[in-house]
Amino acid sequence: MLTQEQHYMPRTGMVTLLTELQQRGYEVIGPGVQDGAIVFHPLTQVDSLPQGIEQTQQPGHYRLHQTESARYFSWANGPQALKPLTFAPRETLWRSEQNADGSLRFTETLADRSLTAVIGIRGCDLAALALQEQHFAEDPYYRQRRANLLLIAVDCSHPADTCFCASTGDGPGADRGYDIALTELDDGYLVRANSEPGKAVLAALPLEAASQKHLEQADDQHRHARQQQRQLPRFDPERLIHQGQSAVWEAVADRCLSCGNCTSVCPSCFCFSEQEVPELDGQTSSHQRQWDSCFSEGHSYIHGHRFRPDTRGRYRQWLTHKFGSWVEQYGRSGCTGCGRCISWCPVGIDPLEILEQLGQEGTDE
Amino acid sequence: MNNPALPTNALILNRIQETEDIFTLQLRLTDPRQHWRLEIQPGQFNMLYRFGVGEIPISFKAISQDEAGEPVLEHTIRSVGRVSRALADLKPGSHIGLRGPFGQGWPLRRAEHQDLCVVTGGLGCAPAVSIIEHAFANRDRYGHIHIIQGVKHSADLLWRSRYEFWAQQPDTTVMMAADVAAPGWPWYSGRVTELIKRLPLKPERTLVCCCGPEPMMQASAEQLIRQQVPPDAIWLSMERNMQCASGHCGHCQFGADFICRDGPVMPYPRLRDRLGLEGI
Repeated sequence: MLTQEQHYMPRTGMVTLLTELQQRGYEVIGPGVQDGAIVFHPLTQVDSLPQGIEQTQQPGHYRLHQTESARYFSWANGPQALKPLTFAPRETLWRSEQNADGSLRFTETLADRSLTAVIGIRGCDLAALALQEQHFAEDPYYRQRRANLLLIAVDCSHPADTCFCASTGDGPGADRGYDIALTELDDGYLVRANSEPGKAVLAALPLEAASQKHLEQADDQHRHARQQQRQLPRFDPERLIHQGQSAVWEAVADRCLSCGNCTSVCPSCFCFSEQEVPELDGQTSSHQRQWDSCFSEGHSYIHGHRFRPDTRGRYRQWLTHKFGSWVEQYGRSGCTGCGRCISWCPVGIDPLEILEQLGQEGTDE
Repeated sequence: MNNPALPTNALILNRIQETEDIFTLQLRLTDPRQHWRLEIQPGQFNMLYRFGVGEIPISFKAISQDEAGEPVLEHTIRSVGRVSRALADLKPGSHIGLRGPFGQGWPLRRAEHQDLCVVTGGLGCAPAVSIIEHAFANRDRYGHIHIIQGVKHSADLLWRSRYEFWAQQPDTTVMMAADVAAPGWPWYSGRVTELIKRLPLKPERTLVCCCGPEPMMQASAEQLIRQQVPPDAIWLSMERNMQCASGHCGHCQFGADFICRDGPVMPYPRLRDRLGLEGI
């Protein structure tokens, strides 16, 4: 499976890794615990990594608990994906200014971004990043943010009960799209690099040859992580859009709050709305974009009416896009099996159940 | 700066009130370096921006010339929402922003040496008017021109004098239908599809441009197919919520297509199995 050379690094090497990144001018982002959840935030010392933290996740349920383990990465993903670092939740696209004669002057807001290294990315989120890169390939704002990222993945060893990345082919190990990847073991890490910047950082780390024992331990752990997972049910992506009359949509709409949590935590959802934010001086104005959701009231607005006025239509749009029309758009499903939409749904709707039911039904008429 | 993601300044030369809520803006792009934007094709659209309020997608109607021979860009707008109402308030001499052109226009090259059949429904169908104007400006490139326009009420008809002018041109058929016709309406009362049945079409050499509400476009396309017009010779102009105009913001998705980028003009076979599906 892995083509890169594997090295062994003792657990204390994490300090060297962090220092090396800082000395190379990277702002380092890593996992930590905040408000009872794993979040990605600025990481200045290894002590603030979530050591021994594990979690339980169920539909509508997410809880952390402390264990005696010395591991830093024994959790599955929290609510936050890599997405906010590349596709900003809110950003200014351009500014306009009114000249004395009333004419308008438009200025760019593209700014140089600082070098950023992210530690602790999972396979599902690397796969979602690749999906977003397909979608935002021509978007200058996205590209600007993406260009300065160094990605340090950690193979997922403790998937949650909501995870199904093995069945989407995106995890639990990281096998593409990273600069450096780690497999966390009981006493240290297996380390591999996948890019020139990644190899340069590796050269400064206290690495040893990986022993047979370490490699076997990693294989066992990986196999175990795969077995812990749920499976994507059988359904036909091309049929989803033609199953609009199914009673499944009514049933899910009865429960769905149309809150958009699923789209916020989804690492691949890309919708944004654009809005104007005029300054109080009346002479300047910012044109901004902000994450939007197909569950929002205005998403389907055209000249005076909404063609998806109810939750039924909105849930259907979300699910048929993610698992159906995404395949036509980008050659694969828009789901990477992270399970966030299941855990963070306030009423615990499980899209895999919906897909299973649809898979057993026919199309309209 | 030539970044197409940034709007450019446009001066309102003239404002024409077409009906109670429809108006046309005649615009000049004040920065000559931005005149590449005037390469806009019938069926494409621009994002028009009112300072401090926001942007809306508006299809291109025509490029005309002022007395000095300078190009004038025309957009016809119906004031229904926040931004269109704010644009409606502007007077000649005011400035707006403009981004574009965006999207796929009518298949002009493919239509050459063919008969053109333009079927429209509803008020102010600017995308269709743009291709009719283009065809008359390049008359020798096209065969017979069929123009069918349907309106709900006879009083809704826009640009009546243009239709009357076209009706007098050689090799041209103009037919109008009003669901509800006031006394004195010289044309048909009823549906557009009834008029299509009467058209002396040569289906093997006709290209259809259709623009209007989706049920009307679908019914028209199916009627044309019954009259032996090949489905891939029928092109529709679609409409969805367009905010970024570059296929990124996700609002205009119609199944797998991003209408702002893959449309708004699209061949009927690509749309056929999705048109009429509720909520798509």
